[in-house]
Amino acid sequence: MSAVNYQPDTRTQSAYQGEPVVNDFALMVATKNGSGSQTSNEVLIRSLFRMGIPVSGKNLFPSNIKGLPTWYTIRASKDSYIARRATTEVAVAMNQDTAAEDIDNLPEGGVCIIPEEWKWGQSRQDIVYYEIPVKATLGLSDIPSDFRDRIANMVYVGACAYLFNMPLDIVRKALLDTFNGKEKPANMNFEVIQNAYDWSKENLVKQDPFRFEPLDLTEGKILITGNEAGALGAIFGGLTVASWYPITPSTSVIDAVLDHKHLRKDPETGKDTVAVVQAEDELAAIGMIIGAGWAGARAMTATSGPGISLMAEFTGLAYFAEIPCVIWDITRMGPSTGLPTRTSQGDLLFIHFLGHGDTRQVALLPGNVAECFEFGWLAFDMADHFQTPVFVMSDLDLGMNIWMSEPFAYPGTPINRGKLLADKEKFEAFLAEHGEWYRFRDYDNDAVPYRTIPGIDHLRAAYFTRGTGHNDMATYSERGEDWVQNLTRISNKIDSSRAILPQPVIDYDPQNEIGIISFGSNDPAVQEGRDRLAAAGIGTNSLRVRALPLAASVKDFIFKHKRVYVVENNHDGQLAQLIRLETAEDTTHMISLPLGDTLPMTAKWVFESVTQWENK
Amino acid sequence: MPNALGLERQDYRAAKSTLCPGCGHDSISNQIISAVYDLSLPMTKVLKFSGIGCSSKTPAYFLRGSHGFNSVHGRMPSVATGATLANAGLYAIGVSGDGDTGSIGFGQFKHLIRRNVPMVYLVENNGVYGLTKGQFSATADEGAKLKYYGKNELPPIDLCLEAIISGCTFVARSFSGDAKQVQTLIKAALSHRGTAVIDIISPCVTFNNSPDSTKSYDYGKAHEVPLHQIDFMPNGFVPEREEITVDSDYELIEVQMHDGSYIRLQQIDKDHDPRNRAAAMAVLEKAQREELFLTGLIYYEEPRPTLAETLDLVDQPLSALSDAQLRPSEDALKNLMAKYS
Repeated sequence: MSAVNYQPDTRTQSAYQGEPVVNDFALMVATKNGSGSQTSNEVLIRSLFRMGIPVSGKNLFPSNIKGLPTWYTIRASKDSYIARRATTEVAVAMNQDTAAEDIDNLPEGGVCIIPEEWKWGQSRQDIVYYEIPVKATLGLSDIPSDFRDRIANMVYVGACAYLFNMPLDIVRKALLDTFNGKEKPANMNFEVIQNAYDWSKENLVKQDPFRFEPLDLTEGKILITGNEAGALGAIFGGLTVASWYPITPSTSVIDAVLDHKHLRKDPETGKDTVAVVQAEDELAAIGMIIGAGWAGARAMTATSGPGISLMAEFTGLAYFAEIPCVIWDITRMGPSTGLPTRTSQGDLLFIHFLGHGDTRQVALLPGNVAECFEFGWLAFDMADHFQTPVFVMSDLDLGMNIWMSEPFAYPGTPINRGKLLADKEKFEAFLAEHGEWYRFRDYDNDAVPYRTIPGIDHLRAAYFTRGTGHNDMATYSERGEDWVQNLTRISNKIDSSRAILPQPVIDYDPQNEIGIISFGSNDPAVQEGRDRLAAAGIGTNSLRVRALPLAASVKDFIFKHKRVYVVENNHDGQLAQLIRLETAEDTTHMISLPLGDTLPMTAKWVFESVTQWENK
Repeated sequence: MPNALGLERQDYRAAKSTLCPGCGHDSISNQIISAVYDLSLPMTKVLKFSGIGCSSKTPAYFLRGSHGFNSVHGRMPSVATGATLANAGLYAIGVSGDGDTGSIGFGQFKHLIRRNVPMVYLVENNGVYGLTKGQFSATADEGAKLKYYGKNELPPIDLCLEAIISGCTFVARSFSGDAKQVQTLIKAALSHRGTAVIDIISPCVTFNNSPDSTKSYDYGKAHEVPLHQIDFMPNGFVPEREEITVDSDYELIEVQMHDGSYIRLQQIDKDHDPRNRAAAMAVLEKAQREELFLTGLIYYEEPRPTLAETLDLVDQPLSALSDAQLRPSEDALKNLMAKYS
């Protein structure tokens, strides 16, 4: 909802003489983990969103419950750029442990908002300080002591609202959004915001150029995290069995399934059609969804790298025994425990080749929250269609941060259960046509066999599922030719998915000689980076990979360009490695640009990395 | 003789066993066949599960008309959990071994029980790893000897005790040499609405069958002490109940199961009441302490809700939901999107 018609009732009194910077700056809030700042930061984001200003937020938080430093950056962009900005013009320094560093990181002309009671002093002459009496402002309200620390963060919301021109009625609405419409906590928090606003109005003289003005660029849009979007996609994709073991940053996927599974309640009995089981570990989580997928459920789990490691054996079995299931990998920094709360795209090769022996797993790679939703339902269709596990690889940035999006489109295709002989009638019709049914026989010459599920009332519908060698009749076999025949068919099946899985998003102009290939959550940084490159005279095309195995167009794209950059957020350049693995031709004109610095990619990095090469 | 479904016993068989001739596991497979045939259960309503090991091969050797899943080592419980959620209207039989259950799958075994996944969980327990040629398993008795690996210095894990501790409501021990008891216990377990664990001592004729081994045929035959004579009367079967009088030396215990079936125990060890949890654990500890091979229904209680019941799932199998049940309407999505705007 935008507030295009909003007319500010008071104008900020300003001592600033230069050009204002409107709707194009970033703000950073430094707090301690567990202090409740997530709520106040969300209020700021939602306020900007309601003002019609394109906004994005990045939570840079530690693996800790309480006490360690956490930073939240909010970027407003009249040009609708939503990638992370490396520097922010405004720092709200609410954590004494990091304040010195936070102030140091401000650019010249930046703004520091800091509690007055710290008596911090002004170490820099080239920035503006606003000292806010946090404790005194809090003291004006009668707040239960339990809430005091958390609500303290609302003081900076009030100060920011005044300093950067955010109408209080909109802030109040944003507060209500954040509290799911609950008036009581919203009112308690709002009182503090109002007091901080009033104090700021009376006591602060605006000395900086930064301000927000209403726009109309968020009309009709939504704000949502990728993990919620993925869960909603699963709910609309017919999820029936979910099993998981809690792991950052994937946990909110299943939390959102729990929040929304009521959409699928049986209207007559009120009973659930979605089973959610918290497993004892990831070994059991994947086992449950494989058992469920085998028996005809649409089954999924959500995990991250360490969980994927534990799922290797089972997903190898599911690949070989051709059992559909969906595995969300919300990636974080690895190897090992790594950095659980920092983003990465480091699992790409791992999931693609997960399983011992010759496995190539199918993976969908959403690049925005709308695709998290779309791939949320599509993953089940693809898993059923190809009778194989389907991974959906998102990451912490896409999964846990709030993103703007167009409202999600209703699934455009009906539920696809693939070649499932779901009941006695279908099974008998198949027998009538073919005179037989064998589980792994390729009846249609497309490498995808027909499957039955338990419960079909026909004695010939049963088969024995095993991870051991088998022939196309699903009977045990140690014969080399059976093995080769089976693996060849499975391999052909996986190759056939290249043309059916989501195709790359390509932006191509034959005049451009430079191409940029990327995937996933890097897209905002890549697109903004391309605009900057274009402004610097370097025209580029782009291709965003959306699935593995790679589509044929990836190779075409590479050979249509003089130079191609593969931009990704891992250390070793895994997508570039995969492309090279699949390309027999000379790819020396393809340059791997991996980041892997624990943070969401920035346009600055894309711009600088490409120009550095182009200027060589 | 055809059963109520018009099927012969041989119709319930499947592939020929590839286990060593004389393997205890084969006789258990035979009792599964007999039980399902006798009860006239449709094979299409039975699921077979296993992990990895000699025992886990056996689901290929019984009930050809049932879907079977030979999964990965120790993790059959999770596969069975998922499958029985996908379709809660089926009977499930899992076959595992002492390595599969007592070592690599110990955690999954206990969590399966904790969730009360409705299935018959058979452990074909021979105290030894067969397929890798004769290592001790975690159920091998202290002091047991094996040809290559020498003496076992560690105490055994008692899977029945572990099952009771984890909340299992049907716990039995048997001996593959006692075909009648095995079969009766399997029948009763199939009527149990919850996890039913039957730990069956099933000698490995190749690696652990020397007469001094507590997991051998000779030992089992010489030392098995049934706690009771057990009979199972399926629902619909009208027993001559009234005519039975309680002998002063033998107590008679009857347990009605939720599907209307009865288990009747004629107590041999009249001190043992399988409905008493503490007594059940005490009898297992006594057996361990005094090196007794006690068999029968060790523990029984009215089952807790199954996992599907705990999750309040629809009665219809989740695998058979219509597209309309699987996908909320376009309006539902629009309303939802409005909440995020």
